[in-house]
Amino acid sequence: METETGLENPIEQAFQNHIDGLDTAPAWWREFKRQSIEAYANLPMPSRRDEHWRFSDRSRLETIEGFSFENSDSAKIPQGYTEWSNITSNETAGLTFVDDRLVERAPLPANLIEAGVIWLPLTKAVQFHGDLLKDYFMKQQADLGSEKFAHLHAAFVKSGALLYIPKGVEIGNPFTVFNWSSLSNGTIFPHTLVIAEENSKASLVEFHGSIGENPALSCGVTHLFAGVDSNIDYTLVQNFNEQTLGFQINSNVAGRDSQIDMHSIILGCQQYRSETHGQVKGAGAHVDMRSMVLTEANQEIDQRTLQTHAAPNATSNLLFKNALMGESKTIFSGLIKVDETAQQTDAYQTNRNLLLNRSAEANSLPGLEIEANDVKCSHGATTSEIDDDEVFYMLARGIPKPVAQELVVYGFFEEVLDRIADDTLAESARQMIRSKFHQ
Amino acid sequence: MNAAATQLEIDRDKGDFKYEEHHKYDAGVGLNEGTIDYICDVKGEDDWIRDFRKRALKVFEGKPMPTHWATKDLENIDFSKIRYYLSGDNRTKKSWGDVPDEVKETFERLGIPENERKFLAGVEAQFDSEAAYSNIKDAVAKDGVIFMGSTEGLMEHPEIFKKWFGKVIPTGDNKFSALNSAVFSGGSFIYVPPGVKVSHPLQAYFRINAENFGQFERTLIIADEGAEVTYMEGCTAPKFDTATLHSAVVELVAMPGAKIEYITVQNWSSNVFNLVTKRAIAHEDAVVKWIDCNIGSRLTMKYPGVVLKGRRARGEVMSIALANEGQHQDTGAKMIHAADETTSNVISKSISVGKGRSTYRGQVHMPKHLKGCKNNTECDALLINSDSRTDTYPAITVRGGENYVQHEASVSKVSAEQIFYMQQRGLSEAEAMSLSVNGFVNDLTRQFPMEYSVELKRLIELEMEGSVG
Repeated sequence: METETGLENPIEQAFQNHIDGLDTAPAWWREFKRQSIEAYANLPMPSRRDEHWRFSDRSRLETIEGFSFENSDSAKIPQGYTEWSNITSNETAGLTFVDDRLVERAPLPANLIEAGVIWLPLTKAVQFHGDLLKDYFMKQQADLGSEKFAHLHAAFVKSGALLYIPKGVEIGNPFTVFNWSSLSNGTIFPHTLVIAEENSKASLVEFHGSIGENPALSCGVTHLFAGVDSNIDYTLVQNFNEQTLGFQINSNVAGRDSQIDMHSIILGCQQYRSETHGQVKGAGAHVDMRSMVLTEANQEIDQRTLQTHAAPNATSNLLFKNALMGESKTIFSGLIKVDETAQQTDAYQTNRNLLLNRSAEANSLPGLEIEANDVKCSHGATTSEIDDDEVFYMLARGIPKPVAQELVVYGFFEEVLDRIADDTLAESARQMIRSKFHQ
Repeated sequence: MNAAATQLEIDRDKGDFKYEEHHKYDAGVGLNEGTIDYICDVKGEDDWIRDFRKRALKVFEGKPMPTHWATKDLENIDFSKIRYYLSGDNRTKKSWGDVPDEVKETFERLGIPENERKFLAGVEAQFDSEAAYSNIKDAVAKDGVIFMGSTEGLMEHPEIFKKWFGKVIPTGDNKFSALNSAVFSGGSFIYVPPGVKVSHPLQAYFRINAENFGQFERTLIIADEGAEVTYMEGCTAPKFDTATLHSAVVELVAMPGAKIEYITVQNWSSNVFNLVTKRAIAHEDAVVKWIDCNIGSRLTMKYPGVVLKGRRARGEVMSIALANEGQHQDTGAKMIHAADETTSNVISKSISVGKGRSTYRGQVHMPKHLKGCKNNTECDALLINSDSRTDTYPAITVRGGENYVQHEASVSKVSAEQIFYMQQRGLSEAEAMSLSVNGFVNDLTRQFPMEYSVELKRLIELEMEGSVG
């Protein structure tokens, strides 16, 4: 297949085309991408001995270069990307991407532009706010096993959203980002970067979904930076079709007295790997991470989390709930790390698995590494089926068994959905859960 | 001395003494096929054992160190500098009078004769590679209970031994079980016939006396249908300048309805690498309980396990670990559910003092199509000083819908109010601290046999000395 001079392999060729297509991008950006593709190529695929990949099915990782990394610009933009456009009640501004192309944009209100808020697709952000990106873009290393895929993301990322909230600005209504994939064997690289300066406040909702049933690869990154006394509320709704292979690498940094709330609603993908690193860097910070996963058929949802406490008097709280149907499999691996200096830390980690089918498999690896003594840390993990008494109670009242089971699952997830401040968003999530039961 | 205090007096200082070495047999330093031939020749072993050992050596050499998940400290073990076999006279003495004086003196200091005379059913003491003294009370032997060194067991009862030897823990289970399979020597062999309930605990002591020595005992306990037995082991070693290695393999077989309780108080000196594989098979309605206390050693890696093979079998691990300055207690439990309605319970308490580090690693496995299995795991860690460290790494896999697993872990410190309260009533800060720590482990130690809970309490008091301030 290859000549003696050695034709570049498809991914290198695609990368060259990608770089050539970056007409407006500055030189440092191209250089950064070149280093990223090199780092990607140099890192080995996760091995069987890698603890970060314990219990994961690694066979599909080998196939990722079989996806197309070529630019999608010439393809026709399909309909259907407005399906969940009312996912929240009142959005402040929004961006919609299909196959990494910006297709719709709800602009930022004039008063916020005046206040210095930046809300731009990444392509524009690179052009006009290079200095900001140099300080924040991909500055949090992936450290939970997907280092290679984080480099792949950095090499090919082009769409994505930058939200910058200046000091003292508080915005009530959420920003929205939609990332759709439609092409067969296509790839998307959603990127969300939120920077909240001192005393600011913002919320953002990100939706990932598929138009049609084509298999695709999504390799996304979300980084949140909460400055002193700021407040970021972030929700990710992942509703890809069940042919998609997904990676999502999240990291958040909480400054002094800040608060970060992160919610994940995960329903789609054939195989989905999500990594979340919550970093408490400032004293008095509070980080809250909640996730709900509903799986069916042969889905594998693999979530790895790390809560690191490097400053005292802070709290972090994690609640990940999984309900499993069919022959699906979930992996939850969490670790709380408390540094020697992080006294008076309260850190909690809870994983609950509800098995709805006898062929489903839940793996749980809840870990603690504590080096400070004046702390309150705990983790809990439970795995069980639905309580017979609960089902019996409903059966006795004439509710058929499948309905009873469904009701129990809604109740199970309420602990996560309840905490989503936007009622419309919580209701949208409930609708998606319902449609998974009634396909 | 009151009754309790005469028991197992093996605090660290008591263990820290050594005797001149007069080893009649010494396999020299380093490990190769020649070492194995030497051991086999000295022990007069059959060819199948020689082949078994040599195969194990290949497995050992082929396996990498498990440092991708375990501590890098393992790399400090230099296998080429270890002496793999030492023994005085390799025939086990049956009468106390035949035991050499300095060996006797060691045991005297450890309090063995007291125990033996009072109420222990039998004592097996291992001094370096071979059991130095072995006796079993007539009453126990009369019921057909076999209690002897595993070397003798292999020769005298091959029909029982061979059936289970290496079956619970295969050679290739891990690098250290392979090492043990290559050079094992000593350890206990116990067979309890059907229906026999051994009323008093059987007991063994293991002691490393020579520098750079590796001790590789192999213990096999079989409780036949409906039988019951309790086994206790204690370990000590004097402090040497260079690290020593202890790598045992312990296999328990509980036949239907049998009950085995295995108690360990590990108080190796703080230069011993203690890398032990312990596992049990529990058949229908059998109960296996591991009680494991780790106070000594530089690094302990030990995760007692139970394979719950028969319906309604039950496995329990209760462990206490105390990691002082320079120590790493990496302990845990493994519960492999392989039949319906099997239950398991793991309770682990660890205390980290100074820069000590304690780690809990657990595995709970419930495969597909099992019904009514339950597991409960609780790990509590107490951190004494601000630079103490604790880690928890459980792994739980559950398939199928009719099983129930719960895991909980917590980390805390001694409450300042408690200490203040006790100081108000005239206790020193150290005493108050020691009382608090003993309170922390109390609900667990209460379930231990009385003499062990008393001993443990004293060991904890000793370890807590000077930890405050």
